[in-house]
Amino acid sequence: MTEATPNLEGLLREALAPVEPPEDLVERLESTLMSITEMAVDELEAWELSAMRDPRNWGRPAAAIVLGGTAGAALVLLRARRRAHVAPAGVSGVRDSAERTIRDLGRETRKLLGNL
Amino acid sequence: MTEQVSHKPKAQLDAEFSELYRAHLRDVYSYAYYRVGDHHDAEDLTEQTFLQAYRHFERAQRESHGRPLRPWLIRIAHNLAANLYRDRSRKPASPIDETTTLAALHTTEQLVEGRDELSRVLDGVRLLPDDRREALIMRFALGMDNREIARALGRSDGATKVLIHRAIRQLEEIVGDRDAAPAAEGGRSDGRTPQDAAGRAATNARGSGSDD
Repeated sequence: MTEATPNLEGLLREALAPVEPPEDLVERLESTLMSITEMAVDELEAWELSAMRDPRNWGRPAAAIVLGGTAGAALVLLRARRRAHVAPAGVSGVRDSAERTIRDLGRETRKLLGNL
Repeated sequence: MTEQVSHKPKAQLDAEFSELYRAHLRDVYSYAYYRVGDHHDAEDLTEQTFLQAYRHFERAQRESHGRPLRPWLIRIAHNLAANLYRDRSRKPASPIDETTTLAALHTTEQLVEGRDELSRVLDGVRLLPDDRREALIMRFALGMDNREIARALGRSDGATKVLIHRAIRQLEEIVGDRDAAPAAEGGRSDGRTPQDAAGRAATNARGSGSDD
């Protein structure tokens, strides 16, 4: 160490202290993740109706029901945390934001579903 | 003979992903912020990192063999940041917002006493080559150990140790030069800048071998 920087590592720890993510990012990101999960349920429901017409798929709706029934609860930790943060007055804004997010992420979601 | 791949139920995967998200959101955001130097880009980078992570989570879990997934997350952020710069063909648009960062993270007393010193260190970090800067961010902002950093950067543990050592040595030279500069101001005729110091330090560090 030079005399000018007696404790550089200590200074680095202070200078590069962790940065808390902004609350609006947290809400947006959690809405997005929940939207992905919920859209997965919708997709499964749509698939289930069409699949019932094909006898070869009759075994598969049972699996879809299992997935659909549990997927809504999959991000329950995020949902609970978000509820704690969102005041009643902010509900519609968050809902609007979530709806916009769903629309914007349509393409991304289809890609995600293709991999699940 | 085909390999058996066991798939977890989606609900279980999602629950595990939400755990990962909650545990490492601050890490990913901190990395993104110090990497790109801008809150707006850091938010985008963080969001994209978690979307990418969600998409590939099952495979990452399968291939991690129980090892922590933080290096994998940071590697996604690292790749996305590299793509961001490649697409824009530029370095960070604006300096790291020191006022916001320091005000948010330090007490008023520390702010008064330490601001100049910390600013000089942050300025020095910005002058480091990308790989050295990233290694220091991972070590000091995220508290990652050598093994985790090595996994995130795709290097060996040994190469990572050398990388961090050289990054600190180069930063010492940069900060040392900056500390000496005000004293010599007015009497100094060589016109050297901190950037000169960064280049000189890099040359010295590379003289003893590659970071790779």
